[in-house]
Amino acid sequence: MTATVGRQAQAAARASDVWKVYGSGEAQVSALRGVTCEFERGRFTAIMGPSGSGKSTLMHCLAGLDSVTQGSVMIGDTTVTGLGDAGLTKLRRDKVGFIFQQFNLLPTLTAQENILLPLSIAGRKPDPAWYDIVIDTVGLRDRLGHRPAQLSGGQQQRVACARALVSRPEVIFADEPTGNLDSRSGAEVLNFLRNSVREHGQTIVMVTHDPTAAAYADRVVFLADGQIVSELIEPTADTVLDTMKKLDTPAEVNGR
Amino acid sequence: MIRATLKSLLARKLRLILSGLAVVLGVMFVSGAFVLTDTLGRTFDAIFADAYEGVDVNVAAKPKIAVSEMEGEQTAAPFPAATVDKVRAVPGVAEATGVVAADGARLIGSNGKAVASFGPPQLGENWTGTSEQLQLNQGHEPRADDEIVINQGLATAGKVKLGDRVGVLTPLEPKQEFTIVGIFGYSGGRDSIGGSNEIMFTTPTAQRLMLGQPNTFNSVTVKAAGGVTDESLRDAVAGAVGDGYVVKTGEQLSTEAAQGFKEALSFFNRILLGFAAVALLVGTFLILNTFSIIVAQRTRELALMRAVGASRRQMIGSVVLEAIAVGLIASVFGLAAGVGVGALLAWAFGNLAGGLTLAGIGVPAAAVIGAFSVGLVITVVAALLPALRASRIPPIAAMQDVATPDRPLTRITVSGALVTAVGAALLFLGLSGNAGGNGLAIILGGVLFTFIGVALLTPLISRPVVALLGAIFAWSVPGKLGRLNSGRNPRRTAITAAALMVGIALVTGVTVILDSAKGSISALAKDTIKAELVIAGSQNGPRPPSFDPAVLDKAAAIPGVQLVDGEYGDMAVVNGERTWVAASSDVAALERIFGAKATAGDISRLGPEQMLFSSDTAKSRGVSVGTRVTVQLSRGEARTYTVSGIYQGSQLTNPVVLPPQAARDFAIPQPVQGFVQLAPGTRVTDVQPQVERLLADSPEVSVADRDAFIKQQTGSLDGLLTMIQILLALAIVIAVLGIVNTLALSVLERTRELGLLRAIGLRRAQTMRMITVEAVVISVFGALLGVVVGSGLGAAVVRALKKEGINDLILPWGQMGVMLGLAAIVGVVAAVLPAIRAARINVLGAIAHE
Repeated sequence: MTATVGRQAQAAARASDVWKVYGSGEAQVSALRGVTCEFERGRFTAIMGPSGSGKSTLMHCLAGLDSVTQGSVMIGDTTVTGLGDAGLTKLRRDKVGFIFQQFNLLPTLTAQENILLPLSIAGRKPDPAWYDIVIDTVGLRDRLGHRPAQLSGGQQQRVACARALVSRPEVIFADEPTGNLDSRSGAEVLNFLRNSVREHGQTIVMVTHDPTAAAYADRVVFLADGQIVSELIEPTADTVLDTMKKLDTPAEVNGR
Repeated sequence: MIRATLKSLLARKLRLILSGLAVVLGVMFVSGAFVLTDTLGRTFDAIFADAYEGVDVNVAAKPKIAVSEMEGEQTAAPFPAATVDKVRAVPGVAEATGVVAADGARLIGSNGKAVASFGPPQLGENWTGTSEQLQLNQGHEPRADDEIVINQGLATAGKVKLGDRVGVLTPLEPKQEFTIVGIFGYSGGRDSIGGSNEIMFTTPTAQRLMLGQPNTFNSVTVKAAGGVTDESLRDAVAGAVGDGYVVKTGEQLSTEAAQGFKEALSFFNRILLGFAAVALLVGTFLILNTFSIIVAQRTRELALMRAVGASRRQMIGSVVLEAIAVGLIASVFGLAAGVGVGALLAWAFGNLAGGLTLAGIGVPAAAVIGAFSVGLVITVVAALLPALRASRIPPIAAMQDVATPDRPLTRITVSGALVTAVGAALLFLGLSGNAGGNGLAIILGGVLFTFIGVALLTPLISRPVVALLGAIFAWSVPGKLGRLNSGRNPRRTAITAAALMVGIALVTGVTVILDSAKGSISALAKDTIKAELVIAGSQNGPRPPSFDPAVLDKAAAIPGVQLVDGEYGDMAVVNGERTWVAASSDVAALERIFGAKATAGDISRLGPEQMLFSSDTAKSRGVSVGTRVTVQLSRGEARTYTVSGIYQGSQLTNPVVLPPQAARDFAIPQPVQGFVQLAPGTRVTDVQPQVERLLADSPEVSVADRDAFIKQQTGSLDGLLTMIQILLALAIVIAVLGIVNTLALSVLERTRELGLLRAIGLRRAQTMRMITVEAVVISVFGALLGVVVGSGLGAAVVRALKKEGINDLILPWGQMGVMLGLAAIVGVVAAVLPAIRAARINVLGAIAHE
């Protein structure tokens, strides 16, 4: 683990006093209320919280998909807040990868074409050695010529993971990656994500509401009512579940 | 990226076909027009090259009045036979032949009617012997003055044969009888040159009948001796005959004649291109809509592209690339279809013109360039807006269903109002006649802007109107659902309806204009023409039918006939300016039949040296009573007339009236219309048969009562209207495709919803009814818009034509009703396929559909 410790010196993504407010006047809703948080390089962080806690919003803001009302977001040494469309596009190309709950593969492209899509959009060639590693890790070499419709859900999500990994982004954001999978396929995908952190130093931020999934992470950040309320290092499914139970009674937590 | 775009395109072939079809049809028109004109152009090149093949140099007298190919044949200008001898004496001339060849020799066929021509001349000629081209198929050359030979084509058209005794109408004499002693054809088995009808007489007869003067010719064809070039011979001959003659090489003549025809053809070309423009305008709406829906359906896919790093420009590029692919493929098919259509039209034209031998169908570069540039540009332009929309999809849409809020219609409505205003302003400017030479372009621009502006306003209009239309169907649940569906995406409904609007608006507008013109002319004619019987024929070619002037005197002698007037007309040069002039056999008719009033001088009498002007023409020409005016007619020398009267008439009266003596020098020295006024108390039915008998030898014309005559005269407008409607129907067909397309895509988009409805108990038939109601509401809405916009445009034009005498605005209510009814049917038809598709949706699959 000493190798990864050195990299932790700098955060891969950082939110400083981030507020996100929707609407105005009476209809005003604050999804995020002054969130400050760091996501260390080379670690697997899970964001958890009950529905409406703002966990997805936090991820969208971190990834530059959504703008923040106040505060700032950084990815690596890039300040995301205030970037224009061109800057954000470049950020997504070079520094950010995504894994979605719905897989979101293009139905008309083969698995291989889907994996290489971000690189071909950016007009780059894959690093052949890294490409081989990725393909072998996801175990899809014999499925590369298949269309998404010919793959199982787990296989599709592994293709999506490979797509996120192949461009070696600064950080991968995963939005409920196991939400649409059965538990066995989900475990496969989570193992694979954890390995890519442990073995290849990839940084992953995952939003989930499943304690078992969160247990695969190195660290879990808990959100409730738009604020960070708790944190666990080296979590297990049980410790996560316990913390969640406490959050389900927000009156106690927030002292309202 | 390119690969991803093309793959997604190929995966949706149906979408490709539907959006491409509109482009195919538009491109077909464009390339068809070019193929047609190219083919006919080369056909005419060949025809004229043939016609002048045996001619090295041709000598003709300078024409009195220059006439273009569109206006008909040049009136032959005779010159003395001595000129032929003069030409023959020029060194280098191997052979010089005096030729009589003039238009207006009409054979009366076996059915007693004159063989009609739809364009090519009907030549009366002198027999100059056979040649390499001209061969006698049967019989012998004309030896006696009552013998003729005719070409095989004419014999076939008139159903006459060798030895038949036939009547022939010539411009200068009444009908005469001849015996057909020979039938000739041309080399290569052709029975005519370019569909011309030819009657060949002995030289003296031809001179008498066609030129009116013995011992004259109207051209000399010259063959050069060996070693003499055509050009040097031409110059030598020109020097010998002196001024007053036009000397040209055969090659020059054939190129010039073909050139004249090509100019006429380019007019044809422009008309076809105009319809292509309409088809493409409608196609643009269709493509715009298709691409918009596709972009909406692929939101998630496009958002994903954005999330994995595609830039805005790449998104635009991807949609535009798809458009280019569709445009290219559609252009290829459109070009192929256009070649077919061009060939078909050329064939139809060839048949109509009397059996032209068509040149091979070729594909000119203009057709290819036109097809691809139009196809590509239109598709890409139409796809730009959806492309922009695609580029604005936020990447976050890949993760969640971003509820696209109902965008307010303010911006689109404001811009629609602005564009409509610009259109209206352009129309006003163009129609007011202050636009100078660009009037037509400005009017067309105004129409285009109006269409686009109204299309932009349509989303706003659609809400109340669609709700109202839909209310008709609201009694049943499927009807109600269909109505709500057609109102839920006002933009989409609007564009689909707007595409239909364009075609229907144009048909309605043209109908309003032509009906109003017809109505106004009829009303005017009924008001002003005080003649119970009219002698006239229907004109098929450039030459109007005419009749023997002797009929006029005989008709005047019929008891109960008060006044008979024969009208002659010609294009003349009056004080150096080309002007339509008329002559009346009885000038009293001007007042007593046509209701003109004298504003100066005397118009009831006209001496042989006097002429009359209408007040408008007098004003524009700056003449008044007593002014001396020089008039050059088609024949004879220029003469000077003194203005003896000025009259105020209607739009139907002639601008300039010459004395009847002048009619001898008209291109057609026979009356083309005759008006018979009866004494009070005389029954029309008593006189009509008597006049009819007088016309036995003038089979081109007949006598009819005034109403029938007016109907016959305005009848040509009906033909025009039908033709325009047929061509515009294509625009409507494209719009119908648009409705099918929109519905099909909407059904696809709502798979899950339809599945849900089916799951909770909507029957198949009900599902189909729901889709059908949606289609009917959209198409009736489009037709309603079209009828309203078309009536508005038509009314504007009619108003602008007020000073041309179109006073009555006639709205074709019946036809508008038919349009709306048809639109409802069209809606039902358009809904068939999408409705079947919706009804077949697998309930379980649809609900699971992601």
